Amino acid sequence: MAFFFAQFLTGLANAAALFLVASGLSLIFGVTRIVNFAHGSFYMLGAFIGIVLMDLLPGHVDFWGAILLTGLAVGLIGAVVEMVVLRPIYRAPELFQLVATFGVILVIQDLALMIWGAEDRLGPRAPGLRGVWRIFGEPVPKYDIVLIAITPFILFALWYLIARTRLGVLVRAATQDREMVGALGVNQAWLFTGVFALGSALAGLGGALQLPKGGADLLMDFNIIGAVFVVVVIGGMGSLPGAFIASVLISVLNVFGVTYLPQSTLVLMYVVMAVVLIVRPYGLLGREEVAGEHGQVGAPETPIRPYGPKGMALVAALLTLLALLPAFAEPFVLTLVVDMVVFALFAASLHFILGSGGLVSFGHAAFFGGGAYAAALLVYHTGTPMELAFLFAPLAAGLLALGIGWFCIRLTGVYFAMLTLAFSQLVWSLAFQWRSVTRGDDGLVNIWPADWLNGSVPYYYFALAFGVGGILFLRHVIHAPFGYALRAGRDSPRQAEATGIDVKRVQFVAFALAGAMAGLAGGIFVFSKGSVFPTELEIAKSFDALIVVFLGGVKTLAGGVVGASFMTVVEDWLVRLEYWRLLLGLVIIAVVIVMPEGIVGTLRTLWRRIRHSDEEAV
Amino acid sequence: MSEILRVENLRKSYDGFLAVNGVSFAVAKGELKALIGPNGAGKSTCFNMLMGQLKPSAGEVYLDGQRITGKRPREIWRRGVGRTFQITGTYQSMSVIENVQMALMSHHKRIFSIAPRAWKLYRDEAFEFLDTVSMADQADRPCSVLAYGDLKRLELAIALCHRPRLLLMDEPTAGMAPSARIELMQLVADIVRDQGVSVLFTEHDMDVVFAHAHHIMVLNRGELIADGSATEVRNNPQVQEVYLGGGTLFKEDANA
Repeated sequence: MAFFFAQFLTGLANAAALFLVASGLSLIFGVTRIVNFAHGSFYMLGAFIGIVLMDLLPGHVDFWGAILLTGLAVGLIGAVVEMVVLRPIYRAPELFQLVATFGVILVIQDLALMIWGAEDRLGPRAPGLRGVWRIFGEPVPKYDIVLIAITPFILFALWYLIARTRLGVLVRAATQDREMVGALGVNQAWLFTGVFALGSALAGLGGALQLPKGGADLLMDFNIIGAVFVVVVIGGMGSLPGAFIASVLISVLNVFGVTYLPQSTLVLMYVVMAVVLIVRPYGLLGREEVAGEHGQVGAPETPIRPYGPKGMALVAALLTLLALLPAFAEPFVLTLVVDMVVFALFAASLHFILGSGGLVSFGHAAFFGGGAYAAALLVYHTGTPMELAFLFAPLAAGLLALGIGWFCIRLTGVYFAMLTLAFSQLVWSLAFQWRSVTRGDDGLVNIWPADWLNGSVPYYYFALAFGVGGILFLRHVIHAPFGYALRAGRDSPRQAEATGIDVKRVQFVAFALAGAMAGLAGGIFVFSKGSVFPTELEIAKSFDALIVVFLGGVKTLAGGVVGASFMTVVEDWLVRLEYWRLLLGLVIIAVVIVMPEGIVGTLRTLWRRIRHSDEEAV
Repeated sequence: MSEILRVENLRKSYDGFLAVNGVSFAVAKGELKALIGPNGAGKSTCFNMLMGQLKPSAGEVYLDGQRITGKRPREIWRRGVGRTFQITGTYQSMSVIENVQMALMSHHKRIFSIAPRAWKLYRDEAFEFLDTVSMADQADRPCSVLAYGDLKRLELAIALCHRPRLLLMDEPTAGMAPSARIELMQLVADIVRDQGVSVLFTEHDMDVVFAHAHHIMVLNRGELIADGSATEVRNNPQVQEVYLGGGTLFKEDANA
C-alpha cells in the first residue's frame, strides 16, 4: 500500500512538466490553429538552456532563478520562430504550418547537437532538496514533493491569466473567432506572436523544471511530443483543467505501467487516448469544434479536370523516360527511382483522403507498414510464393483500414488525426513487441521477390508497373463520381447530406481504398529491400508522407507525387552531409515560405500569371 | 385540398430554453406558404427539425401521411424533400454545372461508381436545371467566384434535381438586391405552378412575402400566433404588435 502510494506521488510529480508543456501547446493551437510539432523542441531547449544558466548564475538564486530565466529565453526563441517562419504563411491552407514546424524540429535538433554535443547531460539538483522524505516508510524524493505542491499553483496562475486578465479575454476571443477579434482592432499578428511566445515559454519552463529528474538529451523532443499531443487531446483541445487532469492520468498510469506491465509502456497512453476518444469524441472537457464551412483561408480550390493533350504528352514523355531508364542508368539510379515510386504511391494514397476528402490522417504509416508486414509475414512463416504474398499486401492493409476507419471516421479535424495516430501506434507496438511473430526490432529479413523478378532491372519494371498503376488508378477515382462525392462531403457536408450523399460512408470507403493503396506501396517496398522493420510503422513515417503532401500542394492533384519525388531526391543528396537535418529543415522552411500553395500549386499560379490567362477577366 | 406536410406540436428546447414551443401547422399540396417572424422566433430551428438537421424534443412531422420525425436529412431527401439554406452550402471546389451534376449523380444513385468521368455525366440534364434558374450562361465558371444571389439560385437548382414534392427554403432572398428578389420569387412561384411542387419558406422581406405567399404563418418566441391568408395575417392584432416597427406597411395595405 505504501509502495502504491509512493508510486502515485511519482506520477503526480511527473505530471508537472507534462502539464506545463501541454498547456503551452493547447494555447498555441487554440489561438493560432497551428499544430506545433516543434513544441517538443522548445521543451528540449528549455532543458539545455536551463543547465547552462544554472552553471552561470551565482549564489542561491541559481536554481529557481535559472528556471524562470529559461522560460523567458525559450519564450523569446519562440517569438523569433513565429515571426520568421510562421508569420509569412498564416494565409496558407489549414494545417500547412505544421510542415514549417517540422522543419523547425530538424533545425533545432542539429543546432542543439552543434552547441551541446551528443552526450546526455545530468541535471543539477535543486538546492536544499537533494534527499528523500519517507512517506509511510517509502522514500520519495523531496523535489517530487515540491513539484506536486507547486503544480496546482501553476494551474491556478494559468487559469487566472486566461480567465481574469485582458490578455486572457483576447486569447479566448481569438480561439472562438479570429476574424472578429481582428475586426475589433486587435493586432492579430502581435497577439499570435505573444501567444506563441507564451506557449513556448511554458514548454521551456517544463524542460527546465524536470532537469533534476531527467536531465537533458537530444531525444527529448520526440520523446515528449507524443505524450503532449495525447494529453491535449484527452483533456480536450483548449481546456486547461482538461490538460491538467489528462497529465495526471497519463503520468500516473505510466508509472504504474512501468512497474506492473512493462511491455505496455510504449502504447499505454495511446490506448487510453483511443478509449477516451471513442467514448468522448472531443476529449474529457473539450467541446465540439464548430465546423468552419466558410472559414477557409487562402485561394479557393479550382475545379479539377483530367490533363489535356499537353499534360498527357508530358506524362507520357516522363513515363517513356522511366521505361527506357534501365538502358543507360546505373543500378543505384534504378534503386532510387523505385524508392521514389514507392514513396510517391504512399503519398498519393494519403493525398487522396487528405486532399479530396479533407481527412488529415496522422497514422497513415500503419497501412504502408501494415501491407509490408502482411506480405513479409506470409513469406517468412509460411513460405508463400512472392506473387501471392504481394497481392496480400494491399488486401491486408485495406482490411486494416476498414477496421481502424470504423472507429476514426466518426470524428473530425484534429481529433480524427489523433485517433488515427493512436491506432498506428498500436499497430507499431504490435510489430515491435510481439517478438515471437514479428521478431521485434530485428525485423523480418530475406523477403526477396520471385526468381523471374530478382535483379534490379526486372524488379524495376515490376515496381514501376504497380506503383505508377496505383497512382493512375487513384487519379481516375478522383475524377469519377466517387471522387466527386468525396469532395462534396468535404466542401459542404450539410448540402451533401441534404442531397442524399452518405458523407461518412463515402469517407469510410475512401479511407479503406487509401489504406489498400498505401499497402500496395508497402508491398513493393518490402520486396525491393528484402526486409521490413518496425520503423516503417513509426510516427515519423506517417509524418514523412504528410509533409510531402503539403510540400507538393494539398489543393493540387499532383501534389503528393511531386512532393514525394522532390523529397526523395533532396534527401538522397543531403544525407551524405554531416548536418543534413539542419539543411533539410532549412530547405523545408524555405519551400514553405516561398511556395505557400505547395510546389505544384505555386508553380501553377505563376504559370497562369505568365500567360495572363485569367479566365475570370473574361 | 390534401396535405403534403403536417407538423404536430413540434418542440425544441436547448438547456431549458424553449426555442420552438408546440408548433402545429400543415402545408397543402401545390401551396406556396411563408413562415415569418422576428429574429430569434424559431424559424430556422423549425426548418432544421423538418429536414432532420436537428432532432425535435417532442412532436411529430408527417410527409404526405408518413412519419418522418427525427429521420436523417438524406432519408428525408430520399422521400422527396429538397431544401436550400439560409447560408448557402455549395461545393466551392467545383464548377457551377458540376454542383448540379453532383446532385444528379446522387439522384441517379451513382455516388459509389468509380468508372466514368464525373464531369461528363448528366451534363445535358444539368444544363436544363441551370436553365430553369437562369444560370446556364455561368455553367462553367468556378463556383467560388459566384455572386451571392447566384449561389442562391444555384442552390435552388441543386434542390430541384431529385424532383422534390416539397421544397423548404430558408430565407431564399436574403442578401439579394430588390429586383433580384422579385425575380427569384417569381421563379419559385412558377415552379410551384408548373411542377406541382409545394414550397415552405421563411423570409424577412415583407414585400416578397405578401406578393407571393398563398398563406402566411407568423412565429413569435417559438409559438405560432397566426396562420392564414395575407389579409387575415395583416389584420391580426397580435401580429401587428410583434411587427410594430413595420406597422405602416400593414396599415396602408390593410384596405387594399
